[in-house]
Amino acid sequence: MTTVAPVASAGLALETSRDGLLLVRLSGPWTTEARRPSGEEIERGLAATPKPRRVAFDARDLETWDSGLLTFLQHVITVAGRHGVEVDREGLPQGVRRLLALATAVPQRQDTGGARQQPSVLARIGTGTLKTSRDAAAMLAFLGEVTLGLARLIVGRARYRRSDLLLILQEVGAQALPIVSLISFLVGVILAYVGAVQLRQFGAQIYVADLVGIGMTREMGAMMAAVIMAGRTGAAFAAQLGTMQVNEEIDALTTLGISPIDFLVLPRMLALAIMMPLLCLYADLLGLLGGMTVGIGMLDLGVVEYYVRTAEAISIADCVAGLVKASTFGILVAVAGCLRGIQCGRSSAAVGAATTSAVVTGIVLIIVSDALTTVIFDLIGL
Amino acid sequence: MAVATSAAASAPAARITVRDLDMRYGERVIQRDLSFTVRAGEIFVIMGGSGCGKSTLLRHLIGLVRPAQGDVLYDGGSFWTAAPDAREAMMRRFGVLYQSGALWSSLTLAENVALPLGEYTRLTAAEIAELVSLKLALVGLAGFEEFYPSEISGGMRKRAGLARAMALDPDILFFDEPSAGLDPISSRLLDDLILELRDSLGATVVVVTHELASIFAIAGNAVFLDAETKTMIATGSPRDLLEHSPDPKVRRFLTRGASDGETRHG
Repeated sequence: MTTVAPVASAGLALETSRDGLLLVRLSGPWTTEARRPSGEEIERGLAATPKPRRVAFDARDLETWDSGLLTFLQHVITVAGRHGVEVDREGLPQGVRRLLALATAVPQRQDTGGARQQPSVLARIGTGTLKTSRDAAAMLAFLGEVTLGLARLIVGRARYRRSDLLLILQEVGAQALPIVSLISFLVGVILAYVGAVQLRQFGAQIYVADLVGIGMTREMGAMMAAVIMAGRTGAAFAAQLGTMQVNEEIDALTTLGISPIDFLVLPRMLALAIMMPLLCLYADLLGLLGGMTVGIGMLDLGVVEYYVRTAEAISIADCVAGLVKASTFGILVAVAGCLRGIQCGRSSAAVGAATTSAVVTGIVLIIVSDALTTVIFDLIGL
Repeated sequence: MAVATSAAASAPAARITVRDLDMRYGERVIQRDLSFTVRAGEIFVIMGGSGCGKSTLLRHLIGLVRPAQGDVLYDGGSFWTAAPDAREAMMRRFGVLYQSGALWSSLTLAENVALPLGEYTRLTAAEIAELVSLKLALVGLAGFEEFYPSEISGGMRKRAGLARAMALDPDILFFDEPSAGLDPISSRLLDDLILELRDSLGATVVVVTHELASIFAIAGNAVFLDAETKTMIATGSPRDLLEHSPDPKVRRFLTRGASDGETRHG
């Protein structure tokens, strides 16, 4: 409404008669929008001496009412009950009486207070430990199931739809190219800049090509592509499977005798394992291009000069190391996404939590396994 | 705001008027030429077989979908030609109970009911808490304030959804398939609750359902949507329609297909 009306006030008057009757006169509008008297007056009236024995209401001057009146009356009834005063609801409008009856028809649930208490520190540590071990067991079980699924896939007995696999391949591959292009080009530029500032002091600008070449192929290409896929695809997997869990779609698969691992997880894992090395190669190229742009634009190197230096610097071993890492990361991102999706609870909030957890798990797994593979490659001399 | 006046009611006024409404999804016609009136204080049922567009009609009534043609009038005022502010004010007078309750799962029951109160009223936190307890008590969920929707049963979720729908004391309540997913007793209790709320609040109630037991228990008036002809083929009280409807489809629906031995075609 556009007119500014003054806030109307609800009227309340108490009358005590000699036979212990406390008459509550209600007048005016008793709505949530009106200014309503607080419960104090009625509390004083009920606590007064001589003590009233009965409360009755007079609603003849009551104009309009809504929940505002009901909450007030509930308060009156509670306080009266505490003082042992009988409440006579006869004088109230019929609708009010029926709603009050409805509100008290089902008694207040009593056993809810204790359950909400904050547990002690010790209890919380214990619950946390138990939860962590349960999570670890669940993850191991999931990995075991996935391994069995892979075995079924290899002997050709896994049940999934080819068209799903192709669709996922497209989603995680071709459709990720724009973002991978942007990020890896810029990472190349950044690497070149960081190197250029230092190397220029020694007149060794040309070694920027080595830095960018080796940095991208061995490490950054795979790593950046994997982080992008964790944020983009891992999250999408978790949200998708989580929503399927909420809608009981995964239960429907299970009861049909189709393993959700075969049907949902394997195609996703396969798709990422296939596409990640390709994305990594592409990211390597774009990164080299970014480095070259800096080399030509800022360090006055020639295109051919830069290309030749890069070709000398990187070996097949560097590329292979990067590709192996990329494949590993792809599988880890898929596992993290699918695991969190399958573990998802049955509410929309749980889907959000699953998605967040998938990205966090994915990135942690990527970094940890990167550290491990780097050490292993060093030991075997790759 | 559900304001019950003490003045004696004269002939009930038209609260919702649907005028020449056409519903389409893209090119596909769902229903056309719908015109009917819901009077103040009555329980009006939208009925029809599965897939005839009952729920779609409800979504048109509550302003979620714009009609392809025609209009919906609330107390004589057009909904779809109204200014956005006025339309929002109209929507605030509705309470809607969605099919699965549609409670916000990251909020407790108390927070679910309190949200509209916090958004649209200037009540203090203590007043809101009192109102929330009252609304939950009205649907038989006193003491469940701190529970999350995932911690209670489907029937309780539905009642909690009703408490939220009533938060702003709406004078029109919409129910989408209130008995879906409930056992016969819970469903009957919900019907009783709807009747009780209509009688005590004086609210107008619009219910989408195909549950015959519910239809006969609560409906004062009804409209029957037909999926084949894509329009309404009957209006009136379900009991009258059962006895006097000239249309065999309506009688067959109201008797669970046992009326005149006609064979089903499909």
